[in-house]
Amino acid sequence: MSEFDHRDGVSRRKVLECMTWCGTGVLWTISGGVPHSLGIMGEAQAAETKGLTFLQISDSHVGFDKPANPNALGTLEEAIKKVSALPQKPAFMIHTGDITHLSKEKEFDDADHIISQSRLDVHYVPGEHDFVDTDRKIYQERYGRAAKGHGWYSFDANGVHFIGLVNTFDLKAGGLGNLGTEQLEWLEHDVKGRSASTPIVLFAHIPLWTVYQDWGWGTDDSAQALSYLKKFGSVTVLNGHIHQVMQKVEGNVTFHTARSTAFPQPAPGTAPSPGPMKVPEDQLRKMLGIANVNFKQNEQRLAIVDSPLQG
Amino acid sequence: MLRPLIASSVLGAAIGSVLAASVLFARAEATPGTVFIDNFIFNPKGLTVKAGTTVTWTNRDDIVHGIAASNNAFKKSPAMDTDDSYSFTFTTPGTYQYFCYLHPQMVGSIVVEATTGSNATQ
Ligand SMILES: [Cu+2]
Repeated sequence: MSEFDHRDGVSRRKVLECMTWCGTGVLWTISGGVPHSLGIMGEAQAAETKGLTFLQISDSHVGFDKPANPNALGTLEEAIKKVSALPQKPAFMIHTGDITHLSKEKEFDDADHIISQSRLDVHYVPGEHDFVDTDRKIYQERYGRAAKGHGWYSFDANGVHFIGLVNTFDLKAGGLGNLGTEQLEWLEHDVKGRSASTPIVLFAHIPLWTVYQDWGWGTDDSAQALSYLKKFGSVTVLNGHIHQVMQKVEGNVTFHTARSTAFPQPAPGTAPSPGPMKVPEDQLRKMLGIANVNFKQNEQRLAIVDSPLQG
Repeated sequence: MLRPLIASSVLGAAIGSVLAASVLFARAEATPGTVFIDNFIFNPKGLTVKAGTTVTWTNRDDIVHGIAASNNAFKKSPAMDTDDSYSFTFTTPGTYQYFCYLHPQMVGSIVVEATTGSNATQ
């Protein structure tokens, strides 16, 4: 966190404020390889942007109907309406997994129906809830046809190299998230030969840093993955899974997790388990949201703005 | 969707059917094994039963869990939503390590002992 202070002039307090108050709407600007938070979403949009703006949504859990939010499809729709109402149309959206709650065809259909109303291209990575159909193939058939392995891939946009990873398929007893040898080899090959000045955006469902080991909030072989990215001046890691905003800066790497559009989860260690957190009705939409990410070519500044559904 | 016979009779069934199935288990098995899932923990974490026992896991959390053997030694459960149960009858003595395939930090074990008169070990 201290790197954040003197490199970028963003105070620790500001970051903590963001962790406390911001929603899943995240706006990034890249600056000299170090992300810079512009503040709330409205403020960020007011700034002139000529580079690349994209959105992150996560953990829509379509099909979830428990007390923490009996209508997860409804709050996803609210999030997508927020996206559609943005004054500046983002280039595309990434969805960092747990599209559905139970991997049912109908849940995927319902999610697609709502998300497609954004009229944006969506780049998905799967959460563990998207792999619980008996044959574990629905996600792959719908979203992973052009991808490698269980759904990993990369693409380029405005000079930024995006890499979508899968750490939710091959989970081991007693372990955390897992990328696996095949995917790690692919990643090493994928980034080899790219210029060190290429900004990298790495996205996956489970955090690629250990947020809280006791609750499984980390990925066993993420250090190996990040070791392939050492030479790059700007690496941004975007994750979901923990249904709350967290941010950490380590050297050239910025880690960030987005809010869910379905239900909040407790802060690490503050509850008996990481299960869905029931909050008063008027608080729920302050704890759900989307993220807006902005890359400015000349300023080289990456900014994330988390924006709640309400408040 | 393919499911073990016993599991499908319990999973997603109305409460009446669940009770009926439980009664059936009680009649068929002298020592039925029960494991509850509360707050992302298997309780009991380790369970010892006689060969032939049907073990039933019941999810009492507000989130989905799933049972899988660490080395595929028994058939994995379908995704278990709140109050869903999954049952498996262990006929072969041995130690069966298992975990939740959504939350792999959740682990447990079933030790199956030979019934009297049998020397079967694993
Ligand atoms: Cu679980």
